[in-house]
Amino acid sequence: MTRLLQTLLDGVAVGSLYALIALGYTMVYGILRFINFAHSDVFMLGAWVSWALAMALGYSGVGAEIPWFAPALVLVGSMAACGLLGFLIERLAYRRLRSAPRINVLITAIGVSLLIENTGQLPALFGTQPQRMPALVPDLNLATLAGVNLPLVDVLVIGVSVGLMLGLEFLVHRTRLGLAMRAVSYDTRTAALMGIPVDRVISFTFVVGSALAAAAGFLNAAKYPGLNQAAHPTWILLGLKAFVAAVVGGIGNLRGAMAGGLLIGLVELFGAAYLSPHLRDVYVFVLLIVVLLVRPEGLLGKAVKEKV
Amino acid sequence: MRSASLFAGRRALISALAATLVLFSAGCGGGEKPAGGPEAGAPPKAADTIVIGEYGSMTGAEATFGQGTHEGVMLALEEINAAGGVLGKQVVVKDYDTQGKTQEAGTAVTRLITDDKVVAIVGEVASSLSIAGGRVAQQMGVPMVSPASTNPQVTQIGDMIFRVCFIDPFQGYVMATFAKDTLGSKKVAILYDQASAYSKGLKDDFVKAFTAGGGVISAEAAYTAGDQDYSAQLTTIRDGAPDAIFIPGYYTDVGNIAIQVKKLGINAKLLGGDGWDSPKLAEIGGTAIEGGYYSNHYAVEEARPEVAEFVKKYQARYGRVPDGMGALGYDATRLLVDAIGRAGSTDGKAIAKALAETKDFPGVTGSITIDAERNAQKSAVVLEMKGGKPVYVATVKPPGAADAAPPAAPVAAEGGAVPAPNAPAPTEAAPAKGAPPAGPGKAGKSGAP
Repeated sequence: MTRLLQTLLDGVAVGSLYALIALGYTMVYGILRFINFAHSDVFMLGAWVSWALAMALGYSGVGAEIPWFAPALVLVGSMAACGLLGFLIERLAYRRLRSAPRINVLITAIGVSLLIENTGQLPALFGTQPQRMPALVPDLNLATLAGVNLPLVDVLVIGVSVGLMLGLEFLVHRTRLGLAMRAVSYDTRTAALMGIPVDRVISFTFVVGSALAAAAGFLNAAKYPGLNQAAHPTWILLGLKAFVAAVVGGIGNLRGAMAGGLLIGLVELFGAAYLSPHLRDVYVFVLLIVVLLVRPEGLLGKAVKEKV
Repeated sequence: MRSASLFAGRRALISALAATLVLFSAGCGGGEKPAGGPEAGAPPKAADTIVIGEYGSMTGAEATFGQGTHEGVMLALEEINAAGGVLGKQVVVKDYDTQGKTQEAGTAVTRLITDDKVVAIVGEVASSLSIAGGRVAQQMGVPMVSPASTNPQVTQIGDMIFRVCFIDPFQGYVMATFAKDTLGSKKVAILYDQASAYSKGLKDDFVKAFTAGGGVISAEAAYTAGDQDYSAQLTTIRDGAPDAIFIPGYYTDVGNIAIQVKKLGINAKLLGGDGWDSPKLAEIGGTAIEGGYYSNHYAVEEARPEVAEFVKKYQARYGRVPDGMGALGYDATRLLVDAIGRAGSTDGKAIAKALAETKDFPGVTGSITIDAERNAQKSAVVLEMKGGKPVYVATVKPPGAADAAPPAAPVAAEGGAVPAPNAPAPTEAAPAKGAPPAGPGKAGKSGAP
């Protein structure tokens, strides 16, 4: 029982991080029909910008005074910085390739990814070594249930993720901007003819997706404070699992990405706890293969005839 | 044709997946970056300098290993060159960064040998990387001295590969004895890195020594270097209620693991090996790593005069206290240059022969005698993490050895194979050859219980 509850808690916490990242993949795919491979690097930067902000604000070290609003401040700062970066990536790298063959955009995305990783390793930025994220969230245990601790940080991870996802649902389904996003996703040319500023909507999509990834980066840094250096393969692996979540849920489908993220997190943690921790990445990718074979449009996706 | 049309329909997605793989492998492969040109002086001219190579992780998750070693190497070379060099020539070092990646190690050694024409090589710290680089060095006939790789397989590559540190069978034995006799642990869980030769080997050696002494291993779980979440493994470990958890990993992962051990409310002592030895351990692990014990090659507080002198010089040069890697890099370089001097030539075979004949070389990390398996027989120290710093706890000598410095606070060794400092000297005059912990059966009758 203890083990089941513990695994469930960890699975949901890890899964909500995957879901937040997966949303960025799926939003961009929904509108532009391409996979933004630089997205996992935006997530990485979200974590590192949080670290840099926390250091700059003097929240590190023994006896540093950490006000109660510090996590929110760093979270918002990191989301803003990465949102701006997402805007710049789209504006500078992808926009001029809007009508180019898809493979060009893919390769450009890989280039952007490598650029971000290696720039992040510059000594003036984050350096080439792992760093410790200052403990902005107090090390509190809220409750103990059947031998399972419920740390504040896990509650924060799940709470902030759910909050942001609800916010995104509202944005997409209840606002004019969301309507425009859905219209562009449905048919870009018709949307343009109806007077929707397609470029601005696409920019906005990148900003929102990147800000969500930054939030995931901040939460990740709060939960796992030993940050790996910017070019560490771990970041790409995490991004890759989030991408799997987006595909499993049905790429292009927001709720699918959320469900997929949770599913991936649970599959990974339950596989590791009950089968063998040696193969934890394998479970995720086996699930991807099974979904692609059985239901290639994803769990919540709709099969779309593609013009080839 | 159904499958064909299915394929076409999903073409975008499949090409995306393929590109993901490319991206992932590109991320892993990185690209080698030379960490610096030849240092310690003007551009090398073949006529008046001897070039040795060094490869290490100057960046990445094990960066302090490479950096510490490099500082030790540079300090040794500055001293050697100030004293006139060797064979009448100055010694310069050419170094490459492996970023802690196995695939970079072979490339780095190949470049050192083919491009830079080094006469001998110092490196690596991580055993998996030393094995990859050592194979190349052996094949090309260039002697290599690993400062800190403790996995036995490293020197088993061939007659060109040496090391100046002890090996894991001894290290596993040290920590098993310490856990059993000093900490009184009866049940130990293990969390090891399944992708690292060092971690797997040290785990096996610890288990062998600990169970031979009547201890119980409550759980064995694995992770992969760079993992962030260890909750599944630690939940399994928690179920077994161990007294201690042995984590034979490298410091970044160990720091992250310690944080989660604490978060899960597991009340067990943390134990580890020399892979913990980095100032970054306390930085990443924070308070969670306090009270952890690990075995290491030397301690700053040791009373031997070589240690005090080295610590003083290192502090004057770099402004901080050297870790074990700095000391080993220093020892490896001095031994290598000494061997070049004794060989009287820069021929690979001659240097290897001189290295193999090393006897009682006064190193900072202890007196170095190279045995038939090209390993160094040395004592280990046990350190405890206290107030963010490793603090000296005990010295453990290899079974059968009598030449190590007297420890200040010996590990309780009653019934063990470790001779206490003032116990009668073992009958064997020569240090036991081969693997020390297996040694009891072979080298002496006072074997582990």
